[in-house]
Amino acid sequence: MIASKPAAAPADELFACAAPQLFAAQQYRKDFPILSQEIHGHPLIYLDSAASAQKPRMVIEAMQRFMENDYANIHRGVHELSVRSTDKFEAVRETVRRFINAASTNEIIFTRVGTEAINLVASSWGRKFLKSGDEILITALEHHANIVPWQLLRAELGLKLRIIPITKEGDIRLEDVKAALSPRTKLVAVAHVSNALGTILPIKEIITLAHAQGALVLIDGCQGVVHMPVDVRDLDADFYVFTGHKLYGPTGIGVLYGKFDVLKQMPPYQGGGDMIASVTFEETTYKDPPHRFEAGTPPIVEVIGLGAAIDYVSNIGMSRIAQHETELLHYATEKLQRINSLKILGTAPKKAGVISFVMEGAHPHDIGTILDRQGIAIRAGHHCAQPLMDILGVPGTARASFALYTTKDDVNALVDALGKVQEIFG
Amino acid sequence: MMDGIAALDADLRDLYQDLILDHGKHPRNFRKPGDVSREALGHNPLCGDRLIVYLTLDADGTIVDAAFQGSGCAISTASASMMTEMLKGKTRAQADTLFKFMHMACTGAGEIKTAGLTQDEIDRLHALAGVRHYPMRVKCATLAWHTMQAALSALPKASTE
Repeated sequence: MIASKPAAAPADELFACAAPQLFAAQQYRKDFPILSQEIHGHPLIYLDSAASAQKPRMVIEAMQRFMENDYANIHRGVHELSVRSTDKFEAVRETVRRFINAASTNEIIFTRVGTEAINLVASSWGRKFLKSGDEILITALEHHANIVPWQLLRAELGLKLRIIPITKEGDIRLEDVKAALSPRTKLVAVAHVSNALGTILPIKEIITLAHAQGALVLIDGCQGVVHMPVDVRDLDADFYVFTGHKLYGPTGIGVLYGKFDVLKQMPPYQGGGDMIASVTFEETTYKDPPHRFEAGTPPIVEVIGLGAAIDYVSNIGMSRIAQHETELLHYATEKLQRINSLKILGTAPKKAGVISFVMEGAHPHDIGTILDRQGIAIRAGHHCAQPLMDILGVPGTARASFALYTTKDDVNALVDALGKVQEIFG
Repeated sequence: MMDGIAALDADLRDLYQDLILDHGKHPRNFRKPGDVSREALGHNPLCGDRLIVYLTLDADGTIVDAAFQGSGCAISTASASMMTEMLKGKTRAQADTLFKFMHMACTGAGEIKTAGLTQDEIDRLHALAGVRHYPMRVKCATLAWHTMQAALSALPKASTE
């Protein structure tokens, strides 16, 4: 196993806790080859990591090394490469287990994307355990990926989808969660962190409340695991979903964590090879979780890349990454608030490194174009959260999001570049 | 560094010309006429831009009034605003020609054709042609026009996707 050490890993997490050190974002930045280029004649400043994070050299090289040396199909064949590939593939399951502190690797299912993980739960658990009149609770700030699968299921089974409202700060109040819960609630599906506003939801408290009503809880953690340490057992989450590409890993790989007791009651999601115990034309029996839910050849190389990405962030330390991003968030919030024509949307007390904003007289897309011409990449639009945009009364927002490689200089450059927006649209 | 700033300004000014900024900030014909003959909804699902184009036609099918409502960026708003001004008094055939010229101007297929247009119309096409160098913004400029075409063809909706 070749460890994916960051170029300048100053300390492990324990040591960092004992003696906090300056976070070497400038050093980590060098691990990301793509960041050293110019865009439209300006140094690239990448503030769109919430859409997708860039990849460190360690991830790129781990995938390349694997394809050059070890690649073959897994769980098949007795030959050396298949054995090696299978070992490395399954080792990542353990890496993921450790990363989110699951009880067992049998609780870690590899999917193609985070969206697929949610669809898997809707399709397998939902169809088996839900019936007409049952309620699913989501919040007003969910990503489309945590809305549409439930709407599809609602149409099929005659369910009710209830929406927990948000405050004008973009926060979720536990009173509203309590008010929405009832004995009819069978599932609460909420984001860990809002991709559009950065709000960190009180998921541990939500899970406690939901469990008291006998409902299961699915956490959409696509923006959660990237910004802070996650412990699914401490949270007592029934399902926790995340995706590789926002965690500095490749596209094409998502993860579904599910409690084993729940998973083992769930029927297969897709049928095919690798998920069966035995097949005859009369009858097929299925493997136990997690393999029951992994039909067909999985994204093997992507799993290897995900493993390298988790090794990378774990070496730096998720707590330190969280602390770094929180500092940046405060720094950027303070700086952006000084721009008169700018309004930050989403001012919950607990936020991750995401800032959504609008500017007087300038549409988010125009902001995006003007920043792009200055080498700055942000997201402009509805962030796949159209219902939330409707509530906020805006067609979209401009969003700057931070990662472990983001520096205060990046924030300063953003603030300077916004001056050009004011100049043109002021 | 001065060169950098000048280059940036020139670059952005190519897109955000005065005519565009003016119409973007102060859209003309931003209203719903009382006697609408045709209307269509234009939607760019990628960015969320959404507008309704209203056309009032006389018995011969000549456009006697054109207006729009909706929300969008400076480019799509300005394009819609300038389009509504240009359409008034045009026959279906003239509107089609204008659409064709506008489309070629924005997508950058060679020289901008202006045969038979007034100087004012030519200026407007040149202003819209600023999106040529901004591939992600071409649909912003063309949204209102596709919607106008849908309205003329009595289709309820136009989408850029």
